[in-house]
Amino acid sequence: MRAHLLGIEGMRVEDIHTLLTNAMTMHEVSERVIKKVPTLRGRTVINLFMEPSTRTRTSFELAGKRLSADVVNISESASSTKKGESLLDTAITLASMSPDILVVRHQASGAPHLLARYLSSTCVVNAGDGTHEHPSQALLDCLTLMRHFGEIPTGKTVAIVGDVAHSRVARSNILALSLLGNKVRLVGPPTLVPSDLAHPRCFGNRVTVHHSLGEGLKGADVVMCLRLQRERMTRFFIPSLEEYARHYGVSEKVLRIHAPEAVVLHPGPMNRGVEIDSDVADGERSLVTLQVQSGLAMRMAILVTLAAIRGAGTSESSEGGAI
Amino acid sequence: MTQPKHVPREWKEMLDTETISRCISRMSYEILEQEGDISRLAIVGIKTGGEVLGKRIQQRIQQIEGTLVPFGVIDITLYRDDIGVSETYPTIKDTDLPFRVTGSRIILVDDVLYTGRTIRAALDAIMDFGRPQTVELAVLVDRGHRELPIRPDFVGKNVPTSKSDMVRLRVSEMGYQDAVYLVHRGGDR
Repeated sequence: MRAHLLGIEGMRVEDIHTLLTNAMTMHEVSERVIKKVPTLRGRTVINLFMEPSTRTRTSFELAGKRLSADVVNISESASSTKKGESLLDTAITLASMSPDILVVRHQASGAPHLLARYLSSTCVVNAGDGTHEHPSQALLDCLTLMRHFGEIPTGKTVAIVGDVAHSRVARSNILALSLLGNKVRLVGPPTLVPSDLAHPRCFGNRVTVHHSLGEGLKGADVVMCLRLQRERMTRFFIPSLEEYARHYGVSEKVLRIHAPEAVVLHPGPMNRGVEIDSDVADGERSLVTLQVQSGLAMRMAILVTLAAIRGAGTSESSEGGAI
Repeated sequence: MTQPKHVPREWKEMLDTETISRCISRMSYEILEQEGDISRLAIVGIKTGGEVLGKRIQQRIQQIEGTLVPFGVIDITLYRDDIGVSETYPTIKDTDLPFRVTGSRIILVDDVLYTGRTIRAALDAIMDFGRPQTVELAVLVDRGHRELPIRPDFVGKNVPTSKSDMVRLRVSEMGYQDAVYLVHRGGDR
């Protein structure tokens, strides 16, 4: 059995707590003069990114390097996928190189799960699959809130605003935040936030759907703005960007009226003036910079924690408890 | 004052509260005698047993000398040589060395010295923070069975054990009465 991180779905609340606690201590490594620990020395981490990404790929790469792993990046343009190789063939090729950890981003939902089935000695980490999940983003968002509030976020009201339907960030965050005991509100137009999301069979009774921005934001502790994913919108979900911004754009003015105490998250990259205004993004309540810092710590924690599980990696299993 | 928590009945007491307290006093005196000048002395406890004992040595030295020497803690999880054997997600604890490591004279403190691998990892961790002038090792219990060329400079008690045994420290900071226990696990006794 290999440990994977394929999604928040199926994770236990204890596991999330452990990852958050470990990530808090990982900050300390990044504050040292020598920002490197030997934990994953001799281990190989492959970053397979079949979709564009700056911060996720960079932070997984840096996380691997700070843990002394050998990190290889494969991007879409550099991969044989361009030459027509199927995902399964890519998996078989990668398996023969026996990486210890494979970090995957793919446009197809479920791609990391497929790879996990074919790679017997590799920990697979989902770095975003289609419109399914993006677990490391949700965990780093929880870490950001933990650092801001000084404790693991629980009992908070979190409004997730925007393109929930296409958002893997939203899905993972809904699962993680509700598992930690927070109330989640989904806010946006019916085309992007279908009322069905509030159906108990979707996310249990943990979420509510709001089509009015003011109603959704009212008294929220945390506002999470989602990127309007124009590349995934093949049909007409909104009349125009201007009209969307007018009704659902999160501005300082709207926040002052409805959620004056709220802090704001954005997974990036931001469409300024569409889903978030610059006065919010660069303002006092923005935790965007803290999110980027937390991203590195959380990804270090994910790599270390997965590698520590028995059977992970290629090392011969030594006698437990020797230390 | 609440009642101390109980340990399992089959645990055999090796060191009682009184003995532990005497060991800490004696080791503190030995450290002071050996060091002479304590201006660059610092105590570093290894999580979690060594943290408690290191703190007590620091307090004892303060009682004797009137000086509170710097105290730090290290967690060796990131420096282990056997990563990949855990059954569950391991918890990584804080490392905090709030003093200038380079040039300091460090007394590294742990509760039980066994294979020496923890100490090897702890030394690597310290070196990442700077270049101490000296590092010396103080342990409450030396149970033998070393696998690396490491020896303690200050020992509370040498206790012969079997490899299949476990040695456990329980202290008031964790809600127990101070004691060190020998736990038989059966096997090659």
